[in-house]
Amino acid sequence: MDALLSLLHADWLINLIYLVAVLFFVIGLKRLGSPKTARQGNALSMTGMFIAIVITLFTKEIVSFDMILIAILSGAVIGTFIARKVAMTSMPEMVALLNGFGGIASALVAMAEYYTNQGTVTDDTIVYVTLILSLLVGTLTFSGSIVAFGKLYGIIPGKPLIVTLSKPINIILILGCAAAAVMLHGQISSAEYVYAILGASIILGITLVIPIGGADMPVVVSLLNSYSGIAVAMTGFVLHNNALIVVGSLVGASGIILTNIMCKAMNRSLANVLFGGFGTGDSGPAAAPTAGGELQVAKTTSPDEAAMMMDIAEKVIIVPGYGMAVSQAQHVVKKLADMLEKRGVDVKYAIHPVAGRMPGHMNVLLAEAGVEYDKLYDLEINDEFSRTDIVIIIGANDVVNPSAKTDPSCDIYGMPVFDVEKAKTVYVLKRSLNPGFAGIENPLFFLDNTQMVLGDAKKTVEGFIAALDEMS
Amino acid sequence: MEATSIIMTVYVFVLAIFVGFELISKVPPTLHTPLMSGSNAISGITILGALVVAGKEGGWEDLSKVLGFAAVFFASLNVFGGYGVTDRMLLMFKKDKKKNKQES
Repeated sequence: MDALLSLLHADWLINLIYLVAVLFFVIGLKRLGSPKTARQGNALSMTGMFIAIVITLFTKEIVSFDMILIAILSGAVIGTFIARKVAMTSMPEMVALLNGFGGIASALVAMAEYYTNQGTVTDDTIVYVTLILSLLVGTLTFSGSIVAFGKLYGIIPGKPLIVTLSKPINIILILGCAAAAVMLHGQISSAEYVYAILGASIILGITLVIPIGGADMPVVVSLLNSYSGIAVAMTGFVLHNNALIVVGSLVGASGIILTNIMCKAMNRSLANVLFGGFGTGDSGPAAAPTAGGELQVAKTTSPDEAAMMMDIAEKVIIVPGYGMAVSQAQHVVKKLADMLEKRGVDVKYAIHPVAGRMPGHMNVLLAEAGVEYDKLYDLEINDEFSRTDIVIIIGANDVVNPSAKTDPSCDIYGMPVFDVEKAKTVYVLKRSLNPGFAGIENPLFFLDNTQMVLGDAKKTVEGFIAALDEMS
Repeated sequence: MEATSIIMTVYVFVLAIFVGFELISKVPPTLHTPLMSGSNAISGITILGALVVAGKEGGWEDLSKVLGFAAVFFASLNVFGGYGVTDRMLLMFKKDKKKNKQES
């Protein structure tokens, strides 16, 4: 038994088993990339985590288990509970929050390392620099994620705040952190420099996220995800732990890729998303819906009339957006689609990569409602709109705004959008005639083949269903 | 750390970033959210560092141990919460049973 324990205490063996765990993560992430294998991939990654945690408990430095047990178990109970209870519509804020927890955990480890190894931490430049970086990135991931959570949850206004001020503030904060880090290197026992770095990182996280509008949240959430990975990798350097370095880099890289996909879908650069203050609503009158000086009027219609048109349609495409999430309409949307399919209507869903508040937000909601994923199309569906009888737009706005193709003065000019106006009839389900989240007027609403159905999206779709019911 | 082992660590870091890019370069939009929450759960691996800090000798009066305790708690929340929501989401994804065409 003693021989076995001393073998398990050997660093080389622990590192070897970390390598096995890392392979589980690598294969798990790879499998997460395809719908057929995704669930298995997640299970593989869970296995890797389990192996890594168990073998770590055999590390010879770990001698007391009371704190560990309390912390793991309470985290596990609370984490599992919220994971089961959270509504699918609240997934963006949930992911943001969990991400913040990961960030703060890395920063706390770095902090503890500082207190433990004050004597040796400055001996090695890489260790010192990564210690500061893991404090900085971990903490700003935390405060940034909390702000993102607040915006998604609706506690903090979704519109961009302090856009012009944030850039100089950020530069000052970063320089301040660098200065504090240099001072700390000279006087390693002066903890006030550590507090200064912590304070600056908290503010930096806030000022990085608060100027970003709600419509850009998919980018922010995936970027923060990447930051939390980077914080883990930095902590790995501090602790000489290869598992943390490798896994942190994997997460960091995957977050960057997702961020890049989101930016491409909006045809904007990352810098523009981060510092552009997009969606301030003060882009000037260029996009106002006037033609020849005359104010155009959007046509409205009732759910009954719209349902009658759906009854005789052959091909219907549904375009959901954030409004569907807000009114939790995904289940009634699925029900409507089922009814239409029963009548022989071909129903497809067009989902823009940045629809909603997180990458893949709409896909998750529709999957929850039981919609098969092979009915969901992204921009590839664009050539089908001209052969489509009815397009139903449920709480989407910017992703169907034709100004993105025609009006160079428009904020979203150049962003790939759905060509919904090519369909015979377009029904726009919208709460009111106000401009959408980004504050941009949408000329689609004033086209001849567009009809607005105003009101709560869920109620409106229920209206369609009731009307179709009566017809059968 | 001696110079060679630092270089080895940097090697590992750089190569892992490239592996990360290669692994996730092509993911269908349907999986964007699960991929994000799944990789988010993985970033809870920082718990390994937290465990070592929280498990060393000492009691509640030791500040770095208490920090480690908090780190284990948050990382554990991240791991269990992250894997939990990811699995719940992935469970919902299904393919139209009527069609049998290959799609990746």
